[in-house]
Amino acid sequence: MSIPEVDVLVIGGGVVGAALLRELSRYELALLLVEKEADVSFGTSKANSGIVHSGLHDRPGTLKAHLSVRGCRLFPELAAELGFLYKQNGAVVVARSSEEMAGLEKLLENGRANGVKGLSLINREELRRLEPNLAPDLAGGLLAPSGGIVVPFDLVFALTENAVANGAKLMVGTEVLGIKEEKDGFLVRTNRRPLRAKVIVNAAGLHGGEVAAMIGDHSIQIYARKGEEYIFDRKLEGLVQRTIFPLPSKVSKGILVIPTVDGNIMIGPTAHRVEDYDLSTSPAGWNEVYSEARKLVPALQAKDLITAFSGLRAVGPTGDFIIAPSAVSPRFINAAGIESPGLTAAPAIAEYIVELIKESGLRLRRKRDFNPFRPVVRLRELNPRGQADLMQKDPAYGQIVCRCEMVSAGEIRDAVRRGATTLDGVKLRTRSGMGRCQGGFCTPRLIRLLSAELGLPPEEISKNGPGSELLFGRLRGGREEKTKEEKEDA
Amino acid sequence: MLNTREVDLVVIGGGPAGMAAAAAAAGAGVEKIVLLERQEKLGGILPQCIHNGFGLRFFKEELTGPEYAHRFILELKKYPQIQVKTGTMVMKITAGRQVVTAGAAEGLVCYQARAVIFAMGCRERPRGAINIPGTRPAGIYTAGSLQYLMNIEGFIPGREAVILGSGDVGLIMARRLTLEGIRVKAVLELMPFSSGLNRNVVQCLEDFNIPLYLSHTVTAIHGQKRIERVSVAPVDADLRPVVEKEFDLSCDTLVLSVGLIPENELSLQAGVELDPATGGPVVDSFYQTTVDGIFACGNVVHVHDLVDDVSTESIVAGRAAAAYLRGEIGRNRWFPVKAGRNIRSVVPQRIVAGQATPLYIRACFPERNALLCIGNRQSRRRVVSPGETIYYTVKPEDTATTGGFFTVSLEGGEADD
Repeated sequence: MSIPEVDVLVIGGGVVGAALLRELSRYELALLLVEKEADVSFGTSKANSGIVHSGLHDRPGTLKAHLSVRGCRLFPELAAELGFLYKQNGAVVVARSSEEMAGLEKLLENGRANGVKGLSLINREELRRLEPNLAPDLAGGLLAPSGGIVVPFDLVFALTENAVANGAKLMVGTEVLGIKEEKDGFLVRTNRRPLRAKVIVNAAGLHGGEVAAMIGDHSIQIYARKGEEYIFDRKLEGLVQRTIFPLPSKVSKGILVIPTVDGNIMIGPTAHRVEDYDLSTSPAGWNEVYSEARKLVPALQAKDLITAFSGLRAVGPTGDFIIAPSAVSPRFINAAGIESPGLTAAPAIAEYIVELIKESGLRLRRKRDFNPFRPVVRLRELNPRGQADLMQKDPAYGQIVCRCEMVSAGEIRDAVRRGATTLDGVKLRTRSGMGRCQGGFCTPRLIRLLSAELGLPPEEISKNGPGSELLFGRLRGGREEKTKEEKEDA
Repeated sequence: MLNTREVDLVVIGGGPAGMAAAAAAAGAGVEKIVLLERQEKLGGILPQCIHNGFGLRFFKEELTGPEYAHRFILELKKYPQIQVKTGTMVMKITAGRQVVTAGAAEGLVCYQARAVIFAMGCRERPRGAINIPGTRPAGIYTAGSLQYLMNIEGFIPGREAVILGSGDVGLIMARRLTLEGIRVKAVLELMPFSSGLNRNVVQCLEDFNIPLYLSHTVTAIHGQKRIERVSVAPVDADLRPVVEKEFDLSCDTLVLSVGLIPENELSLQAGVELDPATGGPVVDSFYQTTVDGIFACGNVVHVHDLVDDVSTESIVAGRAAAAYLRGEIGRNRWFPVKAGRNIRSVVPQRIVAGQATPLYIRACFPERNALLCIGNRQSRRRVVSPGETIYYTVKPEDTATTGGFFTVSLEGGEADD
């Protein structure tokens, strides 16, 4: 059997890989993205804080500064095209004391040097007026109206789905094991089948160093910086309107209070270097996040907590993004060390890499029929008329599966057809199981729906890929069922 | 806009509370009743409760959960004026008793009701709400969802389980798992006493030699894909884990039975006042909430030990809704109940003047030989435990002698050891 060949192989289905795949799908190219996990966005991007940064934090002249300001500007149009959950809610960096006000002034200059528009310093009273639930002793703030919030995994799904609709190919559960440079490209060994690619983009996040090393490029040293985040019940919606930042430290932007697009309040993240890729949350992390967040918003209460998670940032050696062809091969482009503000910058990183690909010699011709739009149905967001029409057209949208977040069987089915193969894949695409009961009621129904739509026995349905299967078998005398194949055979 | 259907009574929830309330209202002469249930079948949580022990108080015989539910399903069938809408979810409700529902059969429907009964039940407290540190692998279930997976769906959820929390559902599931050959290594309880019924501790744990660790909790969850083990530690008097005494238990399944929360998102939408002690609506002797014409009964009001009590209370609510629709119950004179020493909650919270009112009382901590004091009356209680409801019925004449409110307290008890 011949080895399939693509023009561009993107390694890694996080936000950078996804944004690039979508940007490249504007051109007449054979594209493939490989992701080692069971779904895109299951790595670092899943646990992102979901902030579209204005770009005021980054050091002027860096790629981070340039690409995050550009990325932030691209978001409104991108959201309009792809229908992911995004809101330009603005951000405010607060000063706890008059000494910290001086820090805000520096930050203001920094932001202006980066070209961030609309920045302004506000005093204590103005801050109280805009955000009445902030701690009363705060001295003032720096307002960044261009800042926004986004649901990070929803962004990744939107980008990949639109890329796939425009002809790109996606292979999940596919891990790159080795890369050999050949005359006109690369031979890539994976856990599934070998591939050939003319150009490779390494967007492998935490594993970017290992992937680069496969072609003999040992310049990329990545380490993980863990962040824990805690999410509160949606009944707190409106507690803050804007994303609240403290004055940043040297390593991070600090512990934030984030109003998510879905209406929850989220606090975090911590920022601690870790040696292993363990994704646990810890009492120390909780104490740090909770005490810091309460200094900003004292009304937060532990009893309203609904869930917590942690993620690992891929931190590179230079303090800036590394986005350049490898010194080993001009057709192997690294996109590494994409820590914060990587999500914000991702659409701009994608544009930037497309230019690098052009420079590598690959000819890029725009597609005539590129469709920038992605259709998606979210019952929760429709008005009653829209809901009624939808249910009339397809009764599956009237069958509510997730009672906390109002998700219908129709949306679950759509999620599977959009690419979800696991419980988490469905959850992240639809919010089913993300509400206050955390899947207590809907999990058994999701297992059924996934099983029916995928044509797999329920025992093969997993939380997030092989090894995380939910069920161990059938009870004696339990209901006998046939899979789709068995039914067809019979 | 949507077409609106005018009805006398909408009952939200087709579990034991909603079924009993709808049947009682119909029996009392209400003509147009709609009973809404989000699941495909009536019965609420009962169909998955395949163990026995139901009905001893209400039917004076011992039934399983499905049998208990079946009695009420038959009762409903006697009343053609009750329209049962299963697979139907309430999307929205207003204080003016407009109820918008969604369902596969009819799409979006709007009801305008003259009275509404809330019977939404409760949900289980999830892992995130108690903030257990560690990883997020597969194999962590709340006791109720595990019960559904086993008893309704017929699946084996794991091989080795640890149960956190000794609520009744957790105790029942300890036995259920054991009977199916799944090893239950421990039941852990944060408090120094079980929050479940004593009979369940005996019949579900002791009879099967399942160890119950009082004053212990899970301090960490381990395993990347599937849960592999949990760290466990005893807790001190302030319920803080004693880290030096931490030990690990290997397991592939962690079951959480850490509390039930009345499901009151709709109550809040309708502007109903909630009691922080129960998490449910404040109700009077008729189970009318603080919003005119909206009644509530069952676990949405307070979490019950026994479904029998749910039925009894829901019949009161159903009949009261009928009386309300006839114009017999308006705004009644009532006396508030005040919780005194060792009282966590009392339902109803408002006693209507001249009305015999059964009270459901819950204590904060266990004690012996305490004096239950209600208004001017006193009675001795030999054993008091937070896991067991204390019953007391206020007599109609008692409301004539009260000084504006009823204080409920437990006095002079001895520490339980």
